[in-house]
Amino acid sequence: MTRRIRLTVFGVAAAGFAALLIWGTLGIPDFGHYRGRYGQILNHAAVKERQTTNTVTAIVFDYRGLDTMGEEFILFASVTGVALLLREQRKDVPRPRDEVRNEAVRAIGICLVPAVLTLGLWVVAHGAITPGGGFQGGVILSATFLLVWLAGSLRTYVRLTPTPYVDLTEGTGVGGFVVTGLIALLIGMPFLHNLLPYGLAGKLSSGGSLPILNWATGLAVTAAFLLLYSEFLEERSFVIAGKHK
Amino acid sequence: MNVIYVFSIVLAGAAALAVVLTTDLLRIAMLASFYTLTLVIFFLLLQAPDVALSELVVGTIAYPVVLVVAILIDRAE
Repeated sequence: MTRRIRLTVFGVAAAGFAALLIWGTLGIPDFGHYRGRYGQILNHAAVKERQTTNTVTAIVFDYRGLDTMGEEFILFASVTGVALLLREQRKDVPRPRDEVRNEAVRAIGICLVPAVLTLGLWVVAHGAITPGGGFQGGVILSATFLLVWLAGSLRTYVRLTPTPYVDLTEGTGVGGFVVTGLIALLIGMPFLHNLLPYGLAGKLSSGGSLPILNWATGLAVTAAFLLLYSEFLEERSFVIAGKHK
Repeated sequence: MNVIYVFSIVLAGAAALAVVLTTDLLRIAMLASFYTLTLVIFFLLLQAPDVALSELVVGTIAYPVVLVVAILIDRAE
């Protein structure tokens, strides 16, 4: 294929794509003019109905809890896939000596670990009150352990996150979400129906079964990302060890 | 539309262009992380802090880490 034919093909495709894009965006509402009725109704209803000041979390873990369960399964399935692909090949791989020797990096890392850990717990715990929740807080919590690798060593990271326990945490998180939904089903309510007392808006325990689902998601997401990191980091040691053989 | 929105969109566009035009893989990973940060600013301006927080943790923590470690694995080979 000559350069000219290639450019012609690209030109036709780009022009068609641009036309479709312009046609598609012409009819959308103006910037800042949201027209969705559902969102406006929920914005007004969530505080009164569920005693949660963060409507987004009320939607994610209550009104649309089933969607969140599906998303959790997506994360669970992809991490399981990564573990299946990478874990099988390795057995007793010697870990590289990768201790960080730079004192400044170590000191900053040590200072950051408790701060980031607290931030992660705070973001999960306040999911129903301020922006955040199980997913965002879970990733921040996993980043705490990642900091241990970045400012310490892979050995410390592996010792802090023993895979059987991380697997257990992952299962507890995902399973806890499903079991909470099934309990509602068992007593004759719809799946994932919010059946606990809602409490008062602004308290950490408010929102009925919402905080339970929130913490279950937090556990599942933290463990999922820890598994992802350790599979990648262990794979790296495997490759390095194979090179030195 | 407010000037600050326009500035934020232009910033995100410039960062996206920088990601596409860079050839070094490690630099792409770092620039992708920065590009996500510009999106986070945009979401914050649009008063969507939950989306901003999700984008922040996934785009500037998890995604670049996985990319960088994958590149490191490739270089070790």
